[in-house]
Amino acid sequence: MTIEPIMDDPRDQFPIGLRVLAVDDDPTCLFFLENLLRRCQYHVTTTNQAITALKLLRENKNKFDLVISDVHMPDMDGFKLLELVGLEMDLPVIMLSANGDPKLVMKGITHGACDYLLKPVRIEELKNIWQHVIRRKKFDSKDSNNSANQDKLHSAIGEGDSGAGSHSDHDGKLNKKRKDQNEDDDEEHEENENDDPSTQKKPRVVWSVELHRKFVAAVHQLGIDKAVPKKILDLMNVEKLTRENVASHLQKYRLYLKRLNSMVNQQANMAAALGGTDSSYLRMGSLNGIENFHTLTGPGQFHNTTFRSLPPSGLLGRLNTPAGLGMRGLPSSGLTPLGHARNESSSTVAQVHSQQVILPGNHNGNVLQGMPTALELDQLQHVKGIINVRDLSSAIDNTTGFPVSGGLPDAKIAIASSINPLDVTKNTLMLEQNPRAVQGGKGYGNGSSVSVASLNSEFSSSLPDHSRLNDNWSTAAQSSVIHDSFPLNDCFKQPTLHHSNLRDNVSTMALRSGNNPLDVSSVTSMSTEVQDISTDMRRRASLVSSNSRQINNHAATQRWDDHNQHGSYPSNVMYSSTNYMIPLNGAVGPLGQGFEPMNFHTDVDFNSAGQSNYFDPLYMNRNEGNQSAMDMSLKQKQGLLKDQRKPQGSYISSNFGSLEDIVGAMVKQYVDYT
Amino acid sequence: MNRVLALLFHQGVLDEQFLQLQQLQDESSPNFVSEVVNIYFHESEKLLKNLRGLLTEREFSDYKKMGIHLNQFMGSSSSIGAKRVRNVCVAFRAASEQNNRAGCLRALELLEHEYCYLKNKLHELFQIEQQRVLAAGVRYPMQR
Repeated sequence: MTIEPIMDDPRDQFPIGLRVLAVDDDPTCLFFLENLLRRCQYHVTTTNQAITALKLLRENKNKFDLVISDVHMPDMDGFKLLELVGLEMDLPVIMLSANGDPKLVMKGITHGACDYLLKPVRIEELKNIWQHVIRRKKFDSKDSNNSANQDKLHSAIGEGDSGAGSHSDHDGKLNKKRKDQNEDDDEEHEENENDDPSTQKKPRVVWSVELHRKFVAAVHQLGIDKAVPKKILDLMNVEKLTRENVASHLQKYRLYLKRLNSMVNQQANMAAALGGTDSSYLRMGSLNGIENFHTLTGPGQFHNTTFRSLPPSGLLGRLNTPAGLGMRGLPSSGLTPLGHARNESSSTVAQVHSQQVILPGNHNGNVLQGMPTALELDQLQHVKGIINVRDLSSAIDNTTGFPVSGGLPDAKIAIASSINPLDVTKNTLMLEQNPRAVQGGKGYGNGSSVSVASLNSEFSSSLPDHSRLNDNWSTAAQSSVIHDSFPLNDCFKQPTLHHSNLRDNVSTMALRSGNNPLDVSSVTSMSTEVQDISTDMRRRASLVSSNSRQINNHAATQRWDDHNQHGSYPSNVMYSSTNYMIPLNGAVGPLGQGFEPMNFHTDVDFNSAGQSNYFDPLYMNRNEGNQSAMDMSLKQKQGLLKDQRKPQGSYISSNFGSLEDIVGAMVKQYVDYT
Repeated sequence: MNRVLALLFHQGVLDEQFLQLQQLQDESSPNFVSEVVNIYFHESEKLLKNLRGLLTEREFSDYKKMGIHLNQFMGSSSSIGAKRVRNVCVAFRAASEQNNRAGCLRALELLEHEYCYLKNKLHELFQIEQQRVLAAGVRYPMQR
């Protein structure tokens, strides 16, 4: 009798019945995605919160085959979710975003996404997502054969070779081996004992705390560069663990370290920026000293870069959000009761943790973990270091993240490891309230006490490394500097997606010419733009006028009444803004929409002439110096507006028949100007 | 295809993504399009309000936050097939990335305008459709 997998029928008709978890904070997209997926005959679960998604995933590791997640979410960064899912549940994750910036896509890849889709999502793309599930499973059956293969893949991954494919390779192999083990494995590996290699149901593997601790200790012992799966396996001396499992885990671990390094460099720079010298920074042992960071942790520039190995608890999850205040608030409150629970050094630990919280207020979420732990480190050294360390060790039951024991040759990695022990502590404390969350935790190296002591020196030595600035960090630092002085040419040459861009260009150019010495070229180019716009508007006018009767009648009778009275077009914003936008034209109401674009746009265009009440404060200042340039356009605008006002009257009364006339007049004005 | 819809396609207000929406509407989800569009309207108004709130702040500097709202708006608009709205969002995003407040304000104006137009037209579309359904006395999927 064949072993039948425990699954419902739809699964047998794969990819029909593929179980997808969709996560997106935008309800429109989520609803749309859900329907698309249903149309593909997948079994869909949706949630708009990453935290809920994690909860669902953790509840039952075998409940889903695939996760689709948006990148930008308020409660947790999509990349972080991606990492967590990859680490804990080893499910394929597809990222989704409206932003197709290659940097983001790259980030998705490095965090282990199997795919990166752009919104709007098309059903054709979704029809193919099952391939990611298959891909992972496929390597299941191939895994036990070639250790050579493993190594090759391993190095390939190191070179950034098609991340998704090889990543799933290892995962697949890991899973397969896991499957072979029994449920009485004391390492608490998750199994599905009814599994059989050819089934679609793949056991989800968890590297338990114990196991990970051993792993890390082994890696530490060997040295990160020399740690090969075989040796690690031997050192770990765990039954039923295979080389392939270790290899896969090692790969993930390396990725983690790499990310940690870049984060650490950020921290180093921050430390330098904030603390002057690293030693003084480190020596801010006193709590008061650290409290001072309160002032430094303003809202500030804050990038929500992914923090790997963030523990699953929702509480900690929030630490990743840009809200420094949030960070301060939540963990402290979360930690205090926990702190009290532990007698030995509860106050110290709790304080330490609140420091952790405070400090990174103006750093990345990553830095949150790093910086304070550095401080903590020093603190421990200063104060009762040993006690705390002991506490750390004992506190570590269930932690998450990839803490590494120290002593690694590379100073940067040393920093990473210094961060981790304390990470873990915090995580542990936080997680005590949520043992469930802990399940996905990683172990912590036994060498922690040793590492803490030894790392301090390493840490201080590596802190001065300012050379490497993380992209995000530098952007963060610079983004507050307003780049207001890009050359005239730039705005002129911007690709025009839409005629609105043209207007932007013109206006911007007008502004720019105000800043630059006035010359013929700028005026000329402006006029050329104007001509383009006029052509565009002409085009648009014709479109509009062809429907003006219909539109405007409709509008006149219905829309504006509604606007005025009820909420059927609840956007008062809309109404007020459009009103606002046409300050000089009293008769906005009955105009209807056909005409509106015209008014609107001309106002927009020439507002920079300083005429508009709307943009007043901004424009007036800018235009102070360039009256001559602006006067021309100003006059024209005034002329235009006068003309507009007149026709509007007739527009209303004459049943909009003169729309074309108006447009023609306007266009003529433009042409005259040029 | 109904006249209003044809117009909207012609004007570039909607694109083929909207057709995808329509294709998802069937017997099992007979009101899909209007449901999705209503969600979109609801969310968009919130977003627009937020954007305006941000930009009219005296000490506005949080381009990042604005970028987040904008990103969501862009995502939902493109999912609906609101091409013009989405294009304005792109321009808006460009202005925002350059920290060009004035440009952002302009783009916001345009955005509000385009959104308003879209909303009105879609409402009109739904009304026409409803009337048609009522007249026919039977429910059937929206005609393309």
